[in-house]
Amino acid sequence: MSEQNTNLLTRLQIAARAAQDMEDGWLVNLGIGMPTMIPAYIPKDRDVMFHSENGLIGMGPQPAEGEADQDLISAGKELVTMVPGGAIVHHADSFAVARGGRLNCACLGAFQVVANGDLCNWRLPNQKSGSVGGAMDIAAGSKRVFAMMTHTDRDGGAKIVSERTFPLTAMGVVTRIFTDMAVISITADGLVLDEVAPGLTKDEVQAVTDAPLIMDNVGEIAVAA
Amino acid sequence: MKNKKSATLEDAVGRIQDGATILVGGFGQPGVPEVLIDGVCDLGRRNLTIVTNNAGTGHSGIARLIEEGCVGKLICSFPWAKESFVFKELYDAGKIDLEIVPQGTLSERIRAGGAGLGGFLTPTALGTDLAEGKPIIESDGREWVLEKALRGDFALIKAYKTDPRGNLIYHLTARNFNPVMAMAADFTIAEVQEDVAIDELDPEVIVTPGVFVDTYFVTGWYEIGKERKAS
Repeated sequence: MSEQNTNLLTRLQIAARAAQDMEDGWLVNLGIGMPTMIPAYIPKDRDVMFHSENGLIGMGPQPAEGEADQDLISAGKELVTMVPGGAIVHHADSFAVARGGRLNCACLGAFQVVANGDLCNWRLPNQKSGSVGGAMDIAAGSKRVFAMMTHTDRDGGAKIVSERTFPLTAMGVVTRIFTDMAVISITADGLVLDEVAPGLTKDEVQAVTDAPLIMDNVGEIAVAA
Repeated sequence: MKNKKSATLEDAVGRIQDGATILVGGFGQPGVPEVLIDGVCDLGRRNLTIVTNNAGTGHSGIARLIEEGCVGKLICSFPWAKESFVFKELYDAGKIDLEIVPQGTLSERIRAGGAGLGGFLTPTALGTDLAEGKPIIESDGREWVLEKALRGDFALIKAYKTDPRGNLIYHLTARNFNPVMAMAADFTIAEVQEDVAIDELDPEVIVTPGVFVDTYFVTGWYEIGKERKAS
């Protein structure tokens, strides 16, 4: 059903929505994929710094032509720049930033998010091995973890579930979920449906979510023109 | 004063023997000591255990070492990437062993090894596949995974500049694992872009003091990731 639904947000629109949650003064780690689209949408009046696990605090956008340095890359191995006031640290210090609670937020892709906040994003159930990279350290250490993903899998199956079926990355860490259908917060009371995409109803979101949603006060996702 | 400079590449890496455990710097391609690795390939060493973040890119650096059959086991955090096709081919053929370690745990195990510690307690991987078989310790009201220190017989690292004592500074994100690996090996070999006179490096900005460096080899600047197989 979901591939027919023209009301689903695009990846850029999901990133644009998540960007609105980045607060002034935050240090944020971005996972590969959709999260890397966030910086372009940060409101200009907010000072948000980006951490890249390979020792970069203050990651900037891709370099202009002729200004790239082969030794300056992101966690996704793309050439990047640094912002004024950035710093370079070695790997153990970079992960001290992550585990030590200095990341205000980590925005990460996800295969599955459990209603208790468990994050699954490093290995598919049918794979014997995966590329964990820094995912487990960053998810375990960040003050907040925002999961960004499509609401359902390719077959329309729920990716937000009551019982975990995917290999675990970190226990109980996800605080907010941004999908192509909704924004959902994970609270002590359960999953709270905060916003739905324009043109969708809260019941349509609940129908493809395998966990009960609290729907007392649901707004609409503001989509930029 | 002893100058730690190796005049030739073979002088720098020649003492590495078959079966050695070697820490190799780098994240992606920046910081990978490609010239030193070429030197190890040229020696034709076998059954090495390589500790490094990635499983090689293309055919150069770690990928060349794997492709030439020098590596018996790889300990890394990110083995499966499309650029690491050389590793995948040998792994699928059963010719190389793999141990996956979360990246922050890998760097901290190495740091602990260099700092004279036996291990540490981390929240990383608690409850996951990657903590299986590891002791879970309760402390301060929560559970932690006990991770052991990791050391190498050798470390191969890449730096930007050195002085004759082996005091090192690095360049941008080519720093990555190199400073912690330099601390955690019985014998640390650095390749450096440039060597400078004894008083040219500001002591306030030295990242790796020469006490952690046994010898260095000067390479000059080179474009990273280029195949130099016929060296």
